[in-house]
Amino acid sequence: MMDGLTIDSGLRREPVSQLNEASVPGRRGWRLGAAPGAPHDRDEETGFLEAAAPDRGLFADRPPALPELSELDVVRHFTRLSALNYAVDGGFYPLGSCTMKYSPRINENCAALEAFTELHPLTDPADCQGLLALFHELESKLNLLLGYQRFSLQPAAGAQGEFVGLLVIRAYHEDRDDHERREILIPDSAHGTNPASAAAAGFDVVVLPSDADGRLRAGTVRRAAGPRTAGLMLTNPNTLGLFEHEVREIAAAVHEAGGLVYYDGANANAIIGRVRPGDMGFDVCHLNLHKTFSTPHGGGGPGAGPVGVRAGLEQFLPGPLVVRRSDGSFAWEEPAQSAGPVHAWYGNSLVLLKALAYIRTLGGAGCREASGMAVLNANYVLRSLDDLWEPAKPGPVMHEAVLTGKPLRDRTGLGTLDVAKRLIDYGFHPPTMYFPLIVPEALMIEPTETESRETLDRFVAAMRRIHAEMLDEPDLLRQAPQHAAIGRPDEARAARRPVLTWMQQERAEPEI
Amino acid sequence: MSQRWYTREHEWVDVDGDEATVGITDFAQHQLGEIVYVDLPEPDDSFSAGEALAAVESVKTAADVYAPFNLTVTEVNGELIDAPELLNQNAEGVWLCRVRIENPGQIAGLLDHEGYSAILAAAES
Repeated sequence: MMDGLTIDSGLRREPVSQLNEASVPGRRGWRLGAAPGAPHDRDEETGFLEAAAPDRGLFADRPPALPELSELDVVRHFTRLSALNYAVDGGFYPLGSCTMKYSPRINENCAALEAFTELHPLTDPADCQGLLALFHELESKLNLLLGYQRFSLQPAAGAQGEFVGLLVIRAYHEDRDDHERREILIPDSAHGTNPASAAAAGFDVVVLPSDADGRLRAGTVRRAAGPRTAGLMLTNPNTLGLFEHEVREIAAAVHEAGGLVYYDGANANAIIGRVRPGDMGFDVCHLNLHKTFSTPHGGGGPGAGPVGVRAGLEQFLPGPLVVRRSDGSFAWEEPAQSAGPVHAWYGNSLVLLKALAYIRTLGGAGCREASGMAVLNANYVLRSLDDLWEPAKPGPVMHEAVLTGKPLRDRTGLGTLDVAKRLIDYGFHPPTMYFPLIVPEALMIEPTETESRETLDRFVAAMRRIHAEMLDEPDLLRQAPQHAAIGRPDEARAARRPVLTWMQQERAEPEI
Repeated sequence: MSQRWYTREHEWVDVDGDEATVGITDFAQHQLGEIVYVDLPEPDDSFSAGEALAAVESVKTAADVYAPFNLTVTEVNGELIDAPELLNQNAEGVWLCRVRIENPGQIAGLLDHEGYSAILAAAES
């Protein structure tokens, strides 16, 4: 084929048999021989167990109905499942808003050093000065890159970072005996975690409308801000991939009303080394180290979402923080009016070390080049597709390109979901869909800086081929994916009546 | 005889004297997609106009249902807890809650069928 695309045949659509389905009565993955000195007569063994058991009632009257399998059956099952997983290490993963960049192996090598993995959290600071020095260095570098006075490295994830940032804002107002500030302003383009975090921190959420160009206007903020405003949460660039031009006026409007301004660092990969949230007027920020600083994503963690604050707010941060004493040694210190710890000890230490390894590997100039390449790659994809897919808002964009599939849906009846499913057949992870909520049929593509032009070209070629298929062979999209283990799960049924274990499945009504 | 009104946030409201019934419009269920969960208030809960009265969650998104006027909840449609898909099947015939209207003056701010249709036409263009 001219464009070098192949339909991925690596993952055929075969049912993945479950362990209980492969069970054969009496088959075993192990056979325990008699231990030296232990009884080997079966009756004697039973007698031994009964004598040792404190209460017969603790035993079930029949063995549990576990699947009966050989060791090889089990190994193959889990190896097969692991091969079905799609990861950045396996292919292009343009999942918008998630910054699925490559996690360099050197990070892992550094964090895996025994000097770090074998440390106990209770180790006397005098005996782990190296670790404290590295935490201090990471904090200094984050302060410098983002423009803050202090960072707490403790929060374990982006959403926890948001929650901590809001606790800091609450502590600031309460410290000033200002108890009427119950509202957090959030634009309608925000990540869903923003209103969720605000509600979790006890605030009422006030949603602000974006203008027709997809940006928040200072006038909108000025009209909404007042004596009940605790703060505003803003992502810049926003979820449409657009830089908020009026960010300084927006921050000033909130400050004039007595509130604080919070930077959601989810999209910081677009701006590192170019512009600093601290300089844009944000009082508090969180960073997703797994996005911007290449620590691994997903799998339920561990993650890290450090929170930075401007001078005057550092006393409210979760502790302990690392301080450098006048003699050059490092020590732990608890902030004076801390909003309280949010994680045991010092956060996810090894993740923090991976981020430091990344920053040190790239250096300041490298971090700046990375954000530039991230923006260039997003615009390359946007301009390579904008004759076929309408951009959600007029470009150019920052780190991600948001397209709308609405005109195509109106014309062909095929939506963004169908395009995403067909991309799976071409071997790509689909972009984020149906977000931001203010864009109908949204397709949100974030290539990141770690992808080569050749990879982007293959993705663009697949998208262009899919566009042609929409018009000429729509059934290819309707039936996609044909080459994945799971095709189109019934998402509504999965959410309404989740079947999470095979025992639930046994009980569930058969599919109609 | 009740009269049906609409809001700009895509709720329908059947007003009958000082009582009303609230639901979401067919346009709203269509925008949400397959609905998987409905979060309903408790009887005797009071809400001011514009406050989130209930929430509807779909596979794509979640949306609040706003109180069209100051009201007190008298009854909720518990059937939706186990069968949220009823909203997809017949949004304009399935109610979320029955309420007592606390400020009848606010009904004047609602849309009639013609006014709501005009909003839908504008949203589609």
